[in-house]
Amino acid sequence: MGSIQLKKVEKRFGDVVVIPPLDLEIEDGDFVVFVGPSGCGKSTLLRLIAGLEDVSGGTIEINGKDATSVPPAKRGLAMVFQSYALYPHMSVRKNIAFPLRMAGMSQAEQDAKVNAAAKVLNLGDYIDRRPGQLSGGQRQRVAIGRAIVREPDAFLFDEPLSNLDAALRVNMRLEISELHSTLATTMIYVTHDQVEAMTMADKIVVLQAGHIEQVGSPLELYRSPRNLFVSGFIGSPKMNHITGAEAAKHGATTIGIRPEHIDLSTTEGMWKGVVGVSEHLGSDTFLRVDVGDLGTITVRASGEFAVHRGDTVYLTPQAMHLHRFGPDGLAIR
Amino acid sequence: MSRAVSTRRKAITTAAAWTIGLAIFFPILWTIITSFKTEAEAIASPPSLFNFHWTLENYFAVQERSNYFRHFWNSVVISLGSTLLGLAIAIPAAWSMAFVPTKRTKDVLMWMLSTKMLPPVGVLIPIYLMFRDTGLLDTRIGLVVVLTLINLPIIVWMLFTYFKEIPGEILEASRMDGATLRSEILYVLTPMAVPGIASTLLLNVILAWNEAFWTLNLTAAKAAPLTAFIASYSSPEGLFYAKLSAASTMAIAPILILGWFSQKQLVRGLTFGAVK
Repeated sequence: MGSIQLKKVEKRFGDVVVIPPLDLEIEDGDFVVFVGPSGCGKSTLLRLIAGLEDVSGGTIEINGKDATSVPPAKRGLAMVFQSYALYPHMSVRKNIAFPLRMAGMSQAEQDAKVNAAAKVLNLGDYIDRRPGQLSGGQRQRVAIGRAIVREPDAFLFDEPLSNLDAALRVNMRLEISELHSTLATTMIYVTHDQVEAMTMADKIVVLQAGHIEQVGSPLELYRSPRNLFVSGFIGSPKMNHITGAEAAKHGATTIGIRPEHIDLSTTEGMWKGVVGVSEHLGSDTFLRVDVGDLGTITVRASGEFAVHRGDTVYLTPQAMHLHRFGPDGLAIR
Repeated sequence: MSRAVSTRRKAITTAAAWTIGLAIFFPILWTIITSFKTEAEAIASPPSLFNFHWTLENYFAVQERSNYFRHFWNSVVISLGSTLLGLAIAIPAAWSMAFVPTKRTKDVLMWMLSTKMLPPVGVLIPIYLMFRDTGLLDTRIGLVVVLTLINLPIIVWMLFTYFKEIPGEILEASRMDGATLRSEILYVLTPMAVPGIASTLLLNVILAWNEAFWTLNLTAAKAAPLTAFIASYSSPEGLFYAKLSAASTMAIAPILILGWFSQKQLVRGLTFGAVK
């Protein structure tokens, strides 16, 4: 059981409104990712759910019961922090056992649970070391272990991978996804990295300035972004936005087309442009093409595409993947 | 070239540091040397630095005239007692100021520090009268209380700076893990702050050990610590430099030894936050 409902939840620090009243429903077993740029309130929202911050208004229900003023430990949630927040003076074993010890569990029970968690996370080799003697990835596992032993109704992750190097991040991403399918427990995961959001989530919540811009599955957000912000935030490289006469032709204020939805040719096409910077990744080539009045447009070509700075190319947007946005920034459907 | 300059600069800094260090240490050295002289040699002019008749007679005389160990024990009880009591009050206080600050926290800290700027003599009479009326004059309890209050601002300030260095997320993690406020302070904060608490303890033991104003004014015989023991050798019947020096040496020796062995902790404590 781990359903969470936010009803008109809001947060102010003095006169500063960090989160205006907001509603959100998280179902049991969901892997929900809060994503948004720095300072969008995603971590604050997570801390409100955790109970580490008090709400300024509204209610938080966990499993249908009002938990708004329930202290953090009694909410049945476990949290993994960005800095891991391990207790530096305790061994890995004691770190993981700490919540059990606080719950007054017997030594034998503690040992059994710690050993089980250590097995799931492969902590066996360094169970008696201190956090200072572990690498970043190992510390992260310990932090997750400390969360698992509590058998919480939901896990809260606050940018848990941002201190790891790129290769390790990909591994841990898979491990956390794996863990979610094994435990089938609700997970709420905060990140500013849209790739993490796209790869891990069942449901993505895109936030900006405390507002929920859109909630949906990764592909829903990719295929039909509700507004300009979401269209630009989800997808890498980001969607091209074109305004002016070209947009008016399609009956919109702004049109959007993703780099991967533009056909590229050296001989003919709809828009003529000059190649600027090109990034050759082997599997893909990203070109920045200067298309006069339309501005600079990013194009993705599959595989190697042999052009050089200054070459002329022709771009043709795929009509079925064209997004249209009205003057208010909302998508026209 | 640059290497030569840096060597020369290093030599100059080293020499300067030694000069300043010796200048600071000289009075203590002089006291120790004088304690081994006879009274006549102690006031001889010009004084001799090492070339005199070394004697232990002052130490025997001092031990015969007054009970060193009783004063020593009073000093131990008063300095340790006031420091431990101070820590018990200051740890929760510093916790709240470091981790749950309010708009007024900075003001409270400044206000606490400002009490250290008050000349103690300004409150001597009221405190003396309060002590007289409550029967605290010349008691160890009374001195423990007064020295706790005197050093509390420093203890709180030192602990506050240490606690500030502890990441708040770790305490939040303990809260998520079900720790009560008491367990959070006892099992998480305090063990992490042990180095800081240790240097605070050491510094305050030293401050309390050396405190002379209140210990001299609020004691007579029973609770008199080593400061009073030294002072008793500067009497109306005349100054006995050699015996006074012997008494001083005996009074500062324990704290000097403690300081020597814990200098690493102390330096870390006093420069904490400045260098990371």
